Amino acid sequence: MKYFSNIGVYFLMLGQVFKKPQKLSVFRESLFKEVEELGLKSLGIVAFISFFVGGVVAIQTALNVDSPWIPKYLIGFATKRSIILEFAPTFMSIILAGKVGSYITSSIGTMRVTEQIDALEVMGVNALNYLVLPKVVAAVFFYPFIVLLAMFLGIFGGWAAGFMTGLFSSDDFITGIRMDFYPYLIRYALIKTMVFAFVIATVPSYFGFYVKGGSLEVGRASTQSVVWTSIVIILLNYFLTQMLLG
Amino acid sequence: MIEVNDIYKSFGEQEVLKGVSTTFEKGETSMIIGSSGSGKTVFLKCLLGLFAPDSGDICYDGRHYRKMSTSEKRDLRKEMGMVFQGGALFDSETIEDNIKFPLKMFTDQSEEEMLDRVNFVLNRVKLENVNQKFPAELSGGMQKRVAIARAIVMNPKYLFCDEPNSGLDPQTAIVIDNLIQEITDEYQMITVINSHDMNSVMEIGEKIIFLKSGIKEWEGSYKTIFKTDNQAVTDFVYSSNLYKKVREVYNK
Repeated sequence: MKYFSNIGVYFLMLGQVFKKPQKLSVFRESLFKEVEELGLKSLGIVAFISFFVGGVVAIQTALNVDSPWIPKYLIGFATKRSIILEFAPTFMSIILAGKVGSYITSSIGTMRVTEQIDALEVMGVNALNYLVLPKVVAAVFFYPFIVLLAMFLGIFGGWAAGFMTGLFSSDDFITGIRMDFYPYLIRYALIKTMVFAFVIATVPSYFGFYVKGGSLEVGRASTQSVVWTSIVIILLNYFLTQMLLG
Repeated sequence: MIEVNDIYKSFGEQEVLKGVSTTFEKGETSMIIGSSGSGKTVFLKCLLGLFAPDSGDICYDGRHYRKMSTSEKRDLRKEMGMVFQGGALFDSETIEDNIKFPLKMFTDQSEEEMLDRVNFVLNRVKLENVNQKFPAELSGGMQKRVAIARAIVMNPKYLFCDEPNSGLDPQTAIVIDNLIQEITDEYQMITVINSHDMNSVMEIGEKIIFLKSGIKEWEGSYKTIFKTDNQAVTDFVYSSNLYKKVREVYNK
């Protein structure tokens, strides 16, 4: 019963979030801040993980494809497909849910327990709209670029792994990534990313905004928000894949 | 004038306010006192519109809160200033940005005009050279003064303070009390302060409301509070050793 009540409160919260910003200049300023906080500051970790996971995917594929009947270019093809379809949009979103989700919950939660949100409301500010809308817009419109970067670096990491280990040649890998290119898969990945970005911005905001207590509860809410954001992403991934590719 | 008419507020089974009625006048500093759990904070939050009373009504200069739309309620809040117990300053923003925030949000003033206003209110609360500092870099008393500056930057009609002296030394507490009183007189605001600091009550309590278990037990002023024979009030007032001694000396 409590879960249904929480889901109801979450949707009521969204009703308050998606209202016209009270002052566009203030909204613009907050939006740029959030693009920096949620997007630009995540580039380092995304680049690092993408490059190395791309490399690992390529090496593992190469090690499992040892039959002489299977052409080597399939390593590049498999690496490309797994990175574009799952690794970049879903795995990156789970990582961002951990990094950005805990940041959102703890920052909004701390504002709640130190009465800063009350201060906003007393001033006549729609606190949900002011705090959450810039995060949603920043995440939904910026994360697709992060995921495109993750795709590029993941594939590049795969190529670099072959180059460094000698398990497959550069030409085979490039032939594989060029083979059977299907642009809809990129669209599918970006649609998923935008949906996940919405979840990453709103679910942790919900946990932060409605936290009660002190710093310990804020910590607990951060953990819960990461867990629930990840669960929602995994579930939505299942349904979106069925809807968009099924 | 703020008229509070018979308000009730409960949280689940727990009844926190039980039919409180009173009025707050322009240019007057009113204190709400009572021990912890007496309903002071909930009462103040009802006055601020952060909690909606279950029944009863609050009327702000003829405007009934219960009959207001959401946007009217938001507009009403622009006429309110609030000093929170912990200051509630935005800790990731500078003092200047903290005070400028309501101006940026609700006025079309230029940067220069906003800066002039920020400097004016900072000067009014006797703070200098703090514009680019962050709240954590200031002492508790200075943070309270910044909170007062932010609360008055929009020239509010109503000023609410929740325990403005908590955590301050007695001398700084007197400075803050006097500042609130001066500002109330100067801008002819309606000021309501939540406190259990009897020194503050004696300094600036032109009107005092004593709450006990969510009921208004007594109403008077700092001139009458020592003369009352209401047992709950005298128990509260003379709970500190200092006031007990003052009473003994006074009675001798």
